[in-house]
Amino acid sequence: MPCDGGSIVRPKSFYHAQEKRARHRRLIDRAFRWLGMILTVTTLGVLGVLLLNLAMNGLGRIDWNFLTSFPSRRAGEAGILSAWVGTLLLMVVTASAAIPFGVAAGIYLEEYAPKNRMTDFVEINISNLAGVPSILYGLMALGLFVYQFRFGQSLLAGGLALACLVLPIVIVATRESLRTIPSSIREAAFALGATRWQAVWHHLLPYSTGGISTGVILAMSRAIGESAPLITIGALTFIAFLPPAPLIAHAPFVSGEWLFSPFTALPIQMFNWVSRPGEEFQSNAAAAGLILMVITLSMNAAAILLRKRAQRNITW
Amino acid sequence: MNSSSPNPRAGTEPPTAGSSEAIKVQIQGLSFFYGNHQVLRSVSMDVPALKVTALIGPSGCGKTTLLRCMNRMHDLYPGNRYVGRIVVQPDGTDIIAPEVDPIQVRMRFGMVFQKPNPFPKSIYENVAYGLRLQGVNQRKELDEKVEKALREAALWDEAKSRLHQMAHNLSGGQQQRLCIARAIATDPDVVLFDEPTSALDPIATSKIEELIVELKKRVTVMIVTHNLQQAGRISDMTAFMYLGELIEFGETNRMFTNPAKPQTEDYISGRFG
Repeated sequence: MPCDGGSIVRPKSFYHAQEKRARHRRLIDRAFRWLGMILTVTTLGVLGVLLLNLAMNGLGRIDWNFLTSFPSRRAGEAGILSAWVGTLLLMVVTASAAIPFGVAAGIYLEEYAPKNRMTDFVEINISNLAGVPSILYGLMALGLFVYQFRFGQSLLAGGLALACLVLPIVIVATRESLRTIPSSIREAAFALGATRWQAVWHHLLPYSTGGISTGVILAMSRAIGESAPLITIGALTFIAFLPPAPLIAHAPFVSGEWLFSPFTALPIQMFNWVSRPGEEFQSNAAAAGLILMVITLSMNAAAILLRKRAQRNITW
Repeated sequence: MNSSSPNPRAGTEPPTAGSSEAIKVQIQGLSFFYGNHQVLRSVSMDVPALKVTALIGPSGCGKTTLLRCMNRMHDLYPGNRYVGRIVVQPDGTDIIAPEVDPIQVRMRFGMVFQKPNPFPKSIYENVAYGLRLQGVNQRKELDEKVEKALREAALWDEAKSRLHQMAHNLSGGQQQRLCIARAIATDPDVVLFDEPTSALDPIATSKIEELIVELKKRVTVMIVTHNLQQAGRISDMTAFMYLGELIEFGETNRMFTNPAKPQTEDYISGRFG
C-alpha cells in the first residue's frame, strides 16, 4: 500500500467528529478501568479488614498455652487443644473417605461409564449435590451414620458427613483433570495392548495427580471450616479430653477406638466462645478464627502451587 | 508360510514373480458400521507379508477406518459393528471374531498415529511400556530391547545420551520415530501407520519414509496416506478406496502407471480428491 495519505479527500469536520467520538470512547474505557479497580480493592479490602480485625482481637491470645490447653470456664486459661486435634482427626477421616470414593467415581464416570441418559442423570445430580446446603448433609449424617449405623456422635460420623459434603468437589476435580489428557494418549496406551485399568493406572492417574490433589486440597479447606453439619450430628462444644491415641503400646499397635470418640473442632469451639458473654471469650474466638484462617489460606496456597507445578511438568 | 494357499480371487491381477508371495492378512468381505452408518462396504484384499501396503483415497473414503479395524481400535468406542473376517496368517485367526480379545490383537498389530503421541515419560519408558505390558520386567532384557527398537527406529544415536529425559524434549520428527520404536519394540506382526508424516516437515518426513522401507525387512507394514507421492515412493502395494469401497488394489507401480479403473486414474491424476 502506498503511503501517500490515500486518495480519499475528506472535509476537516469529518476528522473533528471522529476525534470527538474517540475522546468519548476513551473516557468510557478509563471509567471502566477505575470502576474495576475500585471494586477489586473493595473486595480485597473486606478480606483484609476481616483478617486485621481477627489479628487485632486474637493475636495477643495465641501462645503455646493456647494451643496446648483444653477449653475452660476461665477464658484466660482456655485453649484449643481438643479443637485442633479434633479438626486434624476429622480431616484424616474425611480425606480417607472422600479421596478414594471421589477419585474412583470420577474415573468411572470419565473413563468407564457408557455415555447414555443414566450417566447424564448421574452427572447432573453430582453437580446438584455440590450445591446442597451443608446442614442437610448434617441431617443425613445424623440419620444414617449416627443412628442407623450406630457410629454415635463420633469423629467417624463427623468425618463421613464432611466427606459426603466435599465428595462432589473431588469427583468434579478428578473428571476435569482426566479430561485435560488428550485422547491420543489413551489410544497410544490401548494400541500397545493396555487394558482400560492399565491405561488409568499407568497413565491417566499419574498424569492427573496434580489436578486431583489440587481439588482434594480445596475440598479439605472447604471441609475444615464447616460447622453446621458437625453441630447437627451433635459434636460437643466442650471437650476437655483427647480421643484415644491411634497408636498403642501393644499389638496390633494401631487402634481405631479414636474413631468412636466424641469430639469438637475449631469452628465449633469458635462458635461456643462467640456465643458466650465477656470480651475475653471473644478474643479467644478471634484467636481460634485466626488460626483457622491461616490454615485455610495456606491450604489454598498449596493448591495453587501444586497446580502451577503440575502444569509445568506435563505437556502433550 | 506353511500351507496358506494363495487365495484365488477372481478379477485381480495375477501374482507377480518373487520369493515372498506369502499373505499376511486376508481381509474378507469386511463391512463396518458406526451405529447405522455404514463406513466400509464389503472390502476384500490380501495384504502381503513383509511388504508396504498403502491405503489411499479422498477424505472420508474409509481408509483410516479400515486401518483401525486391523487392531480393533473401534472397540474402544460404543456403537460399532464389524461384519466379515480379517484373517491373520500363519495361524489363521479371525481377529474381528467376537471371541477374540482385542488386547491380544493389539499386541500383534502395532500402531503409529497421525500426530506423535509419546507418553509424558522418559524416552526409555516410552519404548519399554509395550514390553512391560507383555510381562518383560528384567532390567537387562528391557535395556536390550529398548536399544534394539531405538536403533531400528534410527533414533538411538540421538537418544542414547538422554534415555531418561522426557520424551517431549525431542523434536516432532524424533517424537514420531520414538512412537515407531515404541510400536516395534514388542515385535508385532504388522505395524499400522495412520498418516504418520502429516504433522512433520519434509526432512523429518523423508527420515520416516526411509525407516518404513527399512522396516519391511522384518515386519508387514500398512500405511494410510494422503500423499500420493509418498505412497508411490515407499509402498509395494496400493489400495485405492472411495466411499467405503475398495476400488482397486494392486502393485503400486502398476496402479500409478496403468490403473484399471477410471476412478483410480481420476484420483491419481489429481482430477478429484
